[in-house]
Amino acid sequence: MKADVLIVGGGLMGFSTALHLAMRDTRCIVLDKGSPGRHASGVNAGGLRQLNRHPAEIPLSVVAADMWRHIRELVDSDCDTRFPGQVRVAENEAELGRLEKRAALTRSLGYQHEEIIGPDELYALVPALAPHCIGALICRSDGYGRPFHALDAFRRKARSLGVYYQADTRVDAVRQDGDEWRLSTLQGEFRAPVLVNCAGAWANHIAAMLGEPVPLKPGAPMMMVTERLPHFIDPVLGAAGHKLSFKQMQNGTLLIGGAHMAELDLLQERTEINWQKLALSARSVMTLFPQLKDVRIVRTWAGLEAFMPDNIPVIGASVTASSAYHAFGFSAHGFQLSPVVGRILSQLILDGTSELPIDPFRIDRFASSGRCA
Amino acid sequence: MKQHYQLAVIGAGPAGLAAATVAAEQGIEVAVFDGQVAPGGQIYRAMESIPQHRGSQLGDEYQRGRELVSAFRASSAKYFPETQVWSLNGRREIGLLLQGQAHTVTADQVVICSGAIERPVPFPGWTLPGVMNAGAGQILFKAHGIVPDDGVVLAGSGPLLLLLAWQYLHAGVSVKALLDVTPMINHLYALPRLPRALLAGHYLTKGMQYKRDLKRAGISTLHNVRSLRAQGKDALQSVSFLHRGREQNLETAVLLVHFGVIPHTQLGRVAGCRHVWDESQLCWRPQLDEWGRTSVAGILVAGDGGGIGGARSAEHAGRLAALQALYALGTLDRATRQRLARNDRKWMREESHIRPFLEAFFRIADDMLQVADDDTLVCRCEEVSAGQIRAAVADGHRDSNQVKFLTRCGMGPCQGRQCAEAVSHIVADASGKALQDIGHYRQRPPVNPLTLGQLAGLHSEKTE
Amino acid sequence: MFKRLDNPAQNSVNVTINGQPVQVPEGETVAAAVLVHGLPYTRTTPVSGAPRAPFCLMGVCFECLMVIDGIANQRACMVQVREGMRIECQQGVGELLS
Repeated sequence: MKADVLIVGGGLMGFSTALHLAMRDTRCIVLDKGSPGRHASGVNAGGLRQLNRHPAEIPLSVVAADMWRHIRELVDSDCDTRFPGQVRVAENEAELGRLEKRAALTRSLGYQHEEIIGPDELYALVPALAPHCIGALICRSDGYGRPFHALDAFRRKARSLGVYYQADTRVDAVRQDGDEWRLSTLQGEFRAPVLVNCAGAWANHIAAMLGEPVPLKPGAPMMMVTERLPHFIDPVLGAAGHKLSFKQMQNGTLLIGGAHMAELDLLQERTEINWQKLALSARSVMTLFPQLKDVRIVRTWAGLEAFMPDNIPVIGASVTASSAYHAFGFSAHGFQLSPVVGRILSQLILDGTSELPIDPFRIDRFASSGRCA
Repeated sequence: MKQHYQLAVIGAGPAGLAAATVAAEQGIEVAVFDGQVAPGGQIYRAMESIPQHRGSQLGDEYQRGRELVSAFRASSAKYFPETQVWSLNGRREIGLLLQGQAHTVTADQVVICSGAIERPVPFPGWTLPGVMNAGAGQILFKAHGIVPDDGVVLAGSGPLLLLLAWQYLHAGVSVKALLDVTPMINHLYALPRLPRALLAGHYLTKGMQYKRDLKRAGISTLHNVRSLRAQGKDALQSVSFLHRGREQNLETAVLLVHFGVIPHTQLGRVAGCRHVWDESQLCWRPQLDEWGRTSVAGILVAGDGGGIGGARSAEHAGRLAALQALYALGTLDRATRQRLARNDRKWMREESHIRPFLEAFFRIADDMLQVADDDTLVCRCEEVSAGQIRAAVADGHRDSNQVKFLTRCGMGPCQGRQCAEAVSHIVADASGKALQDIGHYRQRPPVNPLTLGQLAGLHSEKTE
Repeated sequence: MFKRLDNPAQNSVNVTINGQPVQVPEGETVAAAVLVHGLPYTRTTPVSGAPRAPFCLMGVCFECLMVIDGIANQRACMVQVREGMRIECQQGVGELLS
């Protein structure tokens, strides 16, 4: 089977790339070894956060935020997005000091989306919060969406523009034959002049096939969701002193993450909850919202995600192969970036350059610090 | 509570009681965790506290449990009643909730004896107050001496329905009608399995006796009933159905339904044990070897939780699993394990003769399993209808988990216990795929309620 | 809807069901007690507000969620009555205690 671009990985990055390419009349094939959005794309916390981003990600995140606000124009669905803002609370002066420094950094880079708020505004925004907090960093235009619904919308829209998608198709071998990439799978060979690696937690395997191994580490951040509760909080809440992401969804359930990692069996693609570590998330919630102690946890889970040593992704062209591109390693905060990453890749592929600075995401940035597969 | 046991038995029904008793006899450290207040499981529920006269109304099969419970009480097994198991993983770490305190303990060997649940078959109106499972009626009767007070209607298929009608009869409860939805065509499929079933003829004799008694008492039994529908605004007012091509309507405030039983597989699935679709029993069950070993090392399943075999069979399976656990622990050698297993194996084989016949005879009609009516709620918790599930399939979502992601079907408090089978059937039917390929929901812990406060207070050696 | 076969000769406890004082035999589950008491429903769903009542009585269907002693989402079929217990229907998502 033949197309203009082959995309490995049927997650949000893969479909976003395919969608942006298809919008410019480029024929794409998206292959996934399982089902669409099976791992990180489908089961992440859905945060649409510019707040507290790595400085290198800020330019992308700010553009992405704008794309999410108009996401219906892109994928014909609002992906259940809401924009109540995100706050990062401080529980003591030291934490507040750190947040103030952070806000100053963002401003010094020329961005205005982060600001410090005092207790009065914080408690006006989050009256349910335990009374000991003293302020917060806030990004008022942040919010959240529903990941699987977003994935579904991107997939549908991409397919409506002619993108060919095939599930249950694992790439066994990659080779470049003249100007053409050839992917071998049990389901046959796929060919195209351009190859894109959006293989998430498995992207290092594809990269290694291109001769550029990366120190990607798969991980599975644990999440939990509670029973439905009466509406009691609007913004998405994090804390300077806790690994915590806390939000109430439209249906009343609380979605609690905190980047505490599950036990992981990559071969079986199975994760197992580490209760001692998840208890830390529950304790963080108890500290900030003690009134939730009798709230029932309905589900816990952990989605498989790719982490890079510096916690920022790899985005850009291959340095060892021609006409090959990467977008992976989003280190558990890729959901928000997905629309813009697809656009960047489409520009790299079709125009040879991107509107946004992506040099910090070069794949060869790890080369000097020692390689691993 | 200790942090580690040689053997943990989860569930105190016939399988769990037998397993724990046998293992404790060999001097190993056994803990039994069970959610109920007293041993017996659902089948022998309230065995120790039931008044004599009510016990006899329940029939002699119920009385069999007495011996099992007292042997267990006399054993050295450490018994933890009212203890909810909320998690089990491949490292055999068990999450427990005891008097509001969450614990994790580990065990070298774990025998899951989770028993059966009644097969949830969604039909129009099944969420109305007043519609309950027949098993629920039986629990009220056994545990509390509570019965419907006026003209109950029983509907569905399977031995339990008949048994409950008979038990009600003996307790003087007025039964308005018994609506049997078993398709007539089943007789044809069951016939070739009858000769083997005759080897366990006592069950057939008993069934026939129940039927005779009901008939003699003038209880109306309608066969080949179709299009069952519970009606009412905010609570059940009547039951409508088709019988001999005629639509009928019965006024009643209580409808007890039963469509057979299926293994309660939540815990084994959360532990990662491989499960397979059983086409004869129409359910998911763990893949087990002859000792009850699952695909996960050190985790065994015994009793109805491993595939429906009935209470007697569960007892034997419990003992076999215990023997295997003892062998794995090095307490028994191979030859002793084989020798001690001999009788249980033989009796289990005898118990199994009746099953293929029962499974064919009481097989639920496909249109019921596949929830033909689009408006019927399949997921009681999240209120997702059969039509919404079919729409998701038409939209390209071809397995249970994708349907769950998209529709929230199975994401409510019951964790998919009440909708998983129906979703498998609907998706298989709508997509033309085999049930095995549709898959089951990936089970997410906690499988029993756990609060944020309880998790925050999780007690385990590791955190001390 | 439901009745007790035997007159409760055993000890009973005093509870309230939706504020009404009721005597219930010791050892009975909350679900059994409210069924005999004749509650038309035990909760309304958080999705559509439809009334629901106990269905399985063995802890697997989660239909009998009630507010017991002020704590929402308790499975009434898994909780035994206690002296002084307050049993209330649960409306939709219930209320958050602060």
